[in-house]
Amino acid sequence: MTIDLTTVWAFIIAFAVFAYVVMDGFDLGIGILFPTFEVGPERDRAMNSIAPVWDGNETWLVLGGGGLFAAFPLAYAVILPATYPLIIAMLLGLVFRGVAFEYRWRDPGHRRLWDAAFTGGSLVAAMAQGMTLGALLQGIEVVDRAYAGSWWDWLTPYTLLTGLGTVAGYALLGATWLVWKLDGESQDHSRRLAKRAAWATLLLMGAVSLYNVFLNAEYAARWLTAPEIWFAAPVPILTGIVAIALLRALSVARHSKPFWLSLMLFFFGMAGLGFTIWPNVIPPDVTIWEAAAPERSQIFMLVGVAITMPLILGYTAWAYWVFRGKVGHEGYH
Amino acid sequence: MFDQLDALLLARIQFAFTVSFHFIFPAFSIGLASFLAVLEGLWLRTGKQLYLDLFKYWLKIFAIAFAMGVVSGIVMSYQFGTNWSVFSDRTGPVLGPLMAYEVLTAFFLEAGFLGVMLFGMERVGRKLHFAATLMVAVGTTISAFWILSVNSWMQTPVGFEMGANGQFLPGPSWWTIVFNPSFPYRLVHTVLAAFITTAFVVGGVGAWHLLKDRGNLHARKMFSMAMWMAALVVPVQIVAGDMHGLNTLEHQPQKVMAMEGHYQSHPDGAPLILFGIPDSEAREVRYAVEIPKASSLILKHDPNAPLAGLDTIPRDEQPPVGIVFWSFRIMVGLGFAMLGVGLWSLLARWRGKLYEWSGLHRVALLMAPSGFVAVIAGWVTTEVGRQPYVVYNLLRTADAASPLDAPAVGASLLAFVIVYFFVFGAGVWYILHLMHKSPHPGEFGVKRGDKGPIRTAGITPGPTQGSTDGDAHTLSDDRREPGDRP
Ligand code: HDD
Ligand code: HEM
Ligand code: HEM
Repeated sequence: MTIDLTTVWAFIIAFAVFAYVVMDGFDLGIGILFPTFEVGPERDRAMNSIAPVWDGNETWLVLGGGGLFAAFPLAYAVILPATYPLIIAMLLGLVFRGVAFEYRWRDPGHRRLWDAAFTGGSLVAAMAQGMTLGALLQGIEVVDRAYAGSWWDWLTPYTLLTGLGTVAGYALLGATWLVWKLDGESQDHSRRLAKRAAWATLLLMGAVSLYNVFLNAEYAARWLTAPEIWFAAPVPILTGIVAIALLRALSVARHSKPFWLSLMLFFFGMAGLGFTIWPNVIPPDVTIWEAAAPERSQIFMLVGVAITMPLILGYTAWAYWVFRGKVGHEGYH
Repeated sequence: MFDQLDALLLARIQFAFTVSFHFIFPAFSIGLASFLAVLEGLWLRTGKQLYLDLFKYWLKIFAIAFAMGVVSGIVMSYQFGTNWSVFSDRTGPVLGPLMAYEVLTAFFLEAGFLGVMLFGMERVGRKLHFAATLMVAVGTTISAFWILSVNSWMQTPVGFEMGANGQFLPGPSWWTIVFNPSFPYRLVHTVLAAFITTAFVVGGVGAWHLLKDRGNLHARKMFSMAMWMAALVVPVQIVAGDMHGLNTLEHQPQKVMAMEGHYQSHPDGAPLILFGIPDSEAREVRYAVEIPKASSLILKHDPNAPLAGLDTIPRDEQPPVGIVFWSFRIMVGLGFAMLGVGLWSLLARWRGKLYEWSGLHRVALLMAPSGFVAVIAGWVTTEVGRQPYVVYNLLRTADAASPLDAPAVGASLLAFVIVYFFVFGAGVWYILHLMHKSPHPGEFGVKRGDKGPIRTAGITPGPTQGSTDGDAHTLSDDRREPGDRP
């Protein structure tokens, strides 16, 4: 593997997707778990723990999509039509979830309605994202630089599994985030939820991994034969260690530890998937080099990323820092 | 029952619908973010409570408008891929980087500081809070910069090379691409439009409260500030619009022919058609009310200059005339109506009757939504006027669409229409509700450190956000305990 500009861009996009998945992941996770919180202060506090940051979190999705358009235009032009209904569902889900942050406070008379929109939107968006991932992994048919499959190619047992896995994973992130940000009875409640979500996530991750091996001979070869296996093996091993640490942390920790461990779980999960499809951007046959934008576009954007990314990470961290600590009963103070 | 053409038409309707909805919110929030920055700046400088009150009043409205702008914008950034995949594949190398820059320099900036702007006053202190407000305002304007560069490049494409695979590839200079020939005009005209749109909304709200109570100092201040904007910026906008038109004449003559309703060439001085009904079958404008030679005078600065008409353009390269002709007149007509309001307000101010003349207030109220209408009409002129091309003279709209079947596009269109009307309808309703409440001293909260919440009638609690009056997503200077409801 040589490091060229296209490879660098593949990693940048992967980073954006990862940042999106974990950051908006806990927002969406809280949305998914919302109905289990008591109407009143408990829900309000859960919502307030993400109200100042959700917009920034969602922006990583725009970077992921916009970055794909810019760095791998062909991939953008193929994947979106191939997963059309999923993308539309995700967008509409995000519409409901996004406005609910404002509307539920504006309209106490219909707060239940907007709470339901918050949950429904989060659930649909999470499921659609997971299924899109599955649809990509299982392969997309491309002829003449265009999607050549049919309407329902994206709907298979495998994509349902990846969808559910994502929902469970987001719920885990959301619950562990709340363990960190809340205290008292609500925190215990979140920890109970986190435990269940952790088990569900681990089971589904295992199932998806097994399925991957059977999905496609190339994937199997990659994971099960030497010498690749020597690169691949650490991923499941580390995932296992993190999983055990997470389950243990969840029975005692009252602070941020479970959240960071869940984040690592996602990291290894994504690393595994990246290893599975590399160097394709659209499995089974379109590589990152075939889909890449020309060098001039890559360099121009790389300059932009090099300058802005440290700043973005800096002020994003600052914004989190401003709202650090447990969410009080009376809001931010 | 559906064939390929229908899928294309549906995709076009979907694009026009979603982008028009999207643009309504930025048109307001670009202006409002700057207005908020001005208010907070004035508060910091003068220490006058009045400005803080106004800041808080409009901040609540901003929060809702901004959320709607964000969610409808995300739809846009994915729509290029879902419905216009050929366009995406072909133009990605040129336009993708510009949109990526928009994300990196604008969207993150807005989103990163928005939380602090909305909720952080008590946590970061005044100066830093003001800095956050400024960042959000700057972010919205940078966003306009990049997206308008993208759009302008599609109108006046330059600085590219054609790739062997049919892609537009960037040439040696990005500067040429970003600052393409129509971009400076479009940027100035659109950003001014956003300021004007906001000014008329603020003025309309001020007028509404003045009509109820002339003595309301807060309403007076808003109305006065808005009317200054109207009086000063609208004339500039008209000049900018004129220059924009001349630029279009140079680069997209067919569009101007359609705007003017010139089916035929006029070798010795073209008339300015004020009104009439374009008839594209008969190739004439019926019942035309026209000023002889005025069009040549405006466009060429010479009453006798010859002007070519659509008869010089092949039929399959002409934009639809009717829509362009009308939308252009709606925009220009509203522009002059706005000018009228601005001048009237100057007269009232000069006579010392700015807060007395209820006729002016009524008209200002009526004109409150005029900016939105003008902005959409302007974009319809621009975008329909460049048809049948999406990249001018190089890529036809018909060749840019995704290989999708009509039922798929139709179903998603239907879903967008239903969801948008429901969700954004509710949002607009909440905004109107907030505007309906009169601004008053001690607007939702009080000075820092002072814990006594001030309650207004008819407003409901959002307990854990700190304030009790439903302005939960605003500065929560006043704190309350849970369960402590009125
Ligand atoms: C408050 C909004 C507003 C107002 C009062 C006006 N405009 Fe405008 N106009 C816009 C808002 C706008 C816009 C929405 O911002 C557009 C769409 C695309 C663009 O660049 O600006 C636009 C486009 C646009 C175009 C099309 C340019 C092109 O794409 O080729 C022309 C020729 C004008 N305008 C000219 C005028 C004139 C002569 C006006 C005088 C009264 C005027 N506009 C008032
Ligand atoms: C925000 C204000 C905008 C409005 C109200 C608007 C409106 C429209 C309308 C009405 C059409 C349909 C024209 C037709 O098909 O006859 C259209 C087409 C299009 N616009 Fe815009 N537009 C806006 C901004 C933009 C921007 C900023 C871009 C580029 C980044 C853009 C890209 C396109 C494209 C690709 C099409 C072609 C698809 C089509 O013809 O439907 N638009 N727009
Ligand atoms: C087809 C064209 C367009 C696309 C693809 C697009 C894309 C987007 C996206 C993805 C967002 C959400 C950003 C976030 O997550 O914070 C957004 C918001 C925004 N867009 Fe657009 N946009 C388009 C047209 C325009 C135009 C024409 C303008 C202004 C001239 C504009 C100005 C803004 C602003 C100021 C915001 C911030 C939210 C708000 O102020 O309401 N956009 N847009």
